[in-house]
Amino acid sequence: MTSEAVVHGVEWTVKELFVYPNEFIYWSIQIVMYPYMTGLVAGAFVLSSLYHVFGQKDLKEIAQFSLVFSLALLPVAALPLLLHLQQPLRAMEPLLTPHFTSAISAFGIVFTAYALIVISEIWFVYRRYFVDQVHELKGKEGFANMLRLNVYRALTMGSFDISEEALRVDHKAAKILAGVGIPVACFLHGYAGFIFGSVKANALWMSPLMPVIFIMSAVVSGIALCMLTYIVIMEWKAFRKRRTEGVTAAIEIKGAETDIINTATKYLLGFLVAAISLEILDLIFRGYTAMKSWDILRSVMYGKDFINIFVLQYTLGNLVPFVLLLLPGRTLKRTVVALLLVLFGVFMMRWNVVIGGQAFSLSFSGYMHYHIPIIPHSVETFKEGLFGALTVIVTPFVLFWMINKFVPSLERGEEAKY
Amino acid sequence: MSCSRRDFLKQACGGTLASVLPVSAFTFLSPEEARAAVENANVRWAFLVDTRKCVGCGLCVKACKNENEIPYDAPVTRTWVERMGGRDGFIDNVINGEEIDPDNIAKAFFVPKLCNQCDNPPCVQVCPVGATYQTDDGVVLVDRDWCIGCGYCIMACPYGVRFFHPVHKVADKCNFCYHRITKGMNPACVESCAFDARRIANLRDPDDPVTKIITTERVAVLKDEYGTKPHVFYIGLDENVR
Amino acid sequence: MKWHVLRPLWLAIGLVVVILIARQFMVPEDFGVHGDSFTYNFYRLSNVQEWKDFPVKHQGRESCVECHEENVTTLNASPHAPIECENCHGPSVGHPDDVELLPIERAREHCLRCHASLDYPNHARSELPNVRDRTHKRRRECVTCHYPHDPREKPE
Repeated sequence: MTSEAVVHGVEWTVKELFVYPNEFIYWSIQIVMYPYMTGLVAGAFVLSSLYHVFGQKDLKEIAQFSLVFSLALLPVAALPLLLHLQQPLRAMEPLLTPHFTSAISAFGIVFTAYALIVISEIWFVYRRYFVDQVHELKGKEGFANMLRLNVYRALTMGSFDISEEALRVDHKAAKILAGVGIPVACFLHGYAGFIFGSVKANALWMSPLMPVIFIMSAVVSGIALCMLTYIVIMEWKAFRKRRTEGVTAAIEIKGAETDIINTATKYLLGFLVAAISLEILDLIFRGYTAMKSWDILRSVMYGKDFINIFVLQYTLGNLVPFVLLLLPGRTLKRTVVALLLVLFGVFMMRWNVVIGGQAFSLSFSGYMHYHIPIIPHSVETFKEGLFGALTVIVTPFVLFWMINKFVPSLERGEEAKY
Repeated sequence: MSCSRRDFLKQACGGTLASVLPVSAFTFLSPEEARAAVENANVRWAFLVDTRKCVGCGLCVKACKNENEIPYDAPVTRTWVERMGGRDGFIDNVINGEEIDPDNIAKAFFVPKLCNQCDNPPCVQVCPVGATYQTDDGVVLVDRDWCIGCGYCIMACPYGVRFFHPVHKVADKCNFCYHRITKGMNPACVESCAFDARRIANLRDPDDPVTKIITTERVAVLKDEYGTKPHVFYIGLDENVR
Repeated sequence: MKWHVLRPLWLAIGLVVVILIARQFMVPEDFGVHGDSFTYNFYRLSNVQEWKDFPVKHQGRESCVECHEENVTTLNASPHAPIECENCHGPSVGHPDDVELLPIERAREHCLRCHASLDYPNHARSELPNVRDRTHKRRRECVTCHYPHDPREKPE
């Protein structure tokens, strides 16, 4: 066997008992990352829409931030798929010859539509800022200013009208887009659940509840990530300001706003309850109906994957943060811990669905174990290993940092009027 | 934006759309074309496996790998014989590295497996780009130049017959040796089987002897609960075979 | 109504047009629904011919008999008659033009594929003449005593 003729999946799959020869863990860490990242996108967008559509005024600041953050997350929802494809150069084909009976074929279309909605909404929200920047930078010397001026010129798309009426129209358009965006975001993620739920060959995945469970946990993880990033960034800013300006500026050095966090927490808890209820319902139903596959499913869930499912996902990822957030006298630190646990819990849920669904053989008489490649020694073990996953996690923060250079989603006070 | 420019854009876009749409999306065939496409409709390939005859020599697997250019040492295969794998046949009592006391075995037999060329192939249904499809004679093929390698078809097959080709990096599966059966030859596995445990049939030909067996004798299929309408028929199947 | 509102829409339409134009160039002409169902018959038609043109490797006994008539006649009259020549001699594609000699499988394991006795009930192997690998002439090739083209005979 030449080095090129490596069979996909052999590197990280360990078989036990009776498994068909062609069965391997074909969908590995990147397919865990894919619904996780799309979930974060959808969740972040839903959080921002809570303000834009439903007028949750107390969410305003985190809403601006999460809108821009969902743009930063967007390319990263497609990145795991690209890293997973055996033929990444053909990634455009789902747009060229979409086979609509496949749940995956819609990805390109829904993803593009959703990206356009997010970008347009951001454009409407920040258009006035772009125009202001152009006026301000005009005539300034220096290469950096020239560059910025041209970027902002391009960003205005040639529309410099910032009259009262134009801005009112902008506001209305943003609101409509936010409204349209909610179902599209839910669809984008719900159908990620459908991709799994509709695979009739897989006893663990096949469930009509799968898309709904995915949406709920997506919103949970999205809100959690936005809150967390918001807290960290605001605290960091406050910390820096405190160091440079001293105590005198005490009024302006507020970090994360408590009431924003409180409101967001309420939504987080609501969606968390919905997500857990559905997952438990699914579990109970499988046990109660006890179809042919239940024997092997039970041995995987209560045996081989017990720690992953019941300890790490349900207890550490759901129950503990639930208690932490509900107990009175919540501090910012405790909130941060709870949010980290929530994010971890949703990640474990994705893991347990994707990897857990391949933990048993189609013969129902054998098991497969996944050993994630840690040290990459080939392109494949990088792409579908720990470092590939870390690349996917880090990218949105780098993107956000870059986008934030031009779109001030974290400004407050006077500038926050945009 | 001036009105004239807007009108221009509208017309330009409309024109482009109109010129592109008819040839895009779906190409529907005219009745003539449709008839031409199903001229082969007097062929529907099926397969008959007689598990009572199989001795587990695995020469079918060897022939298949050589015929279809599946790297010989790669642990994937278009066909296999259960107990397990069976590329090198079964020459001892060792199962999964453990010597099994023959007294502890109540019944034992070998079950050749291959693609079932389903009437409702779930693997085809889930392909996002139309890179796998059912031909008019019932065989499911993979377009190696169009497959993006997402693995959804591998996940969707209840029989586990699909895998990623280690060299071409696309989905691969048994196609009844399509290049042979369309030339009037037998599939390589059928040809290499010395015991008539594997046979190919044309279900549309009432005089085909194998078709007669399938239609008149007691045959079973694998995993019919998935609604895939598999077209590999088995004689002597046991409830333990899945 | 302020028309600048529509600018993102133009952007979107532009993108769609780009994709549609790209399709013109990148989708093979014969890609479409060839058959009754979009679900199962949506494909590139010429791929069917590509598979039909896949090279045949195992040529069958009819091609062997052209030169090796004596061996084939012996084989056909023996209990090994159902075994294809190419099962032991390998696929004959390119033979004899490119490949002068086909690799002949003489390994003991090759014979044991059918003739190793497995002590299981209910399977066809037990009806063949069989030996125990561990006790029967260890480490010797079967072909030293048994002539494969007619196992009733000793090799010359």
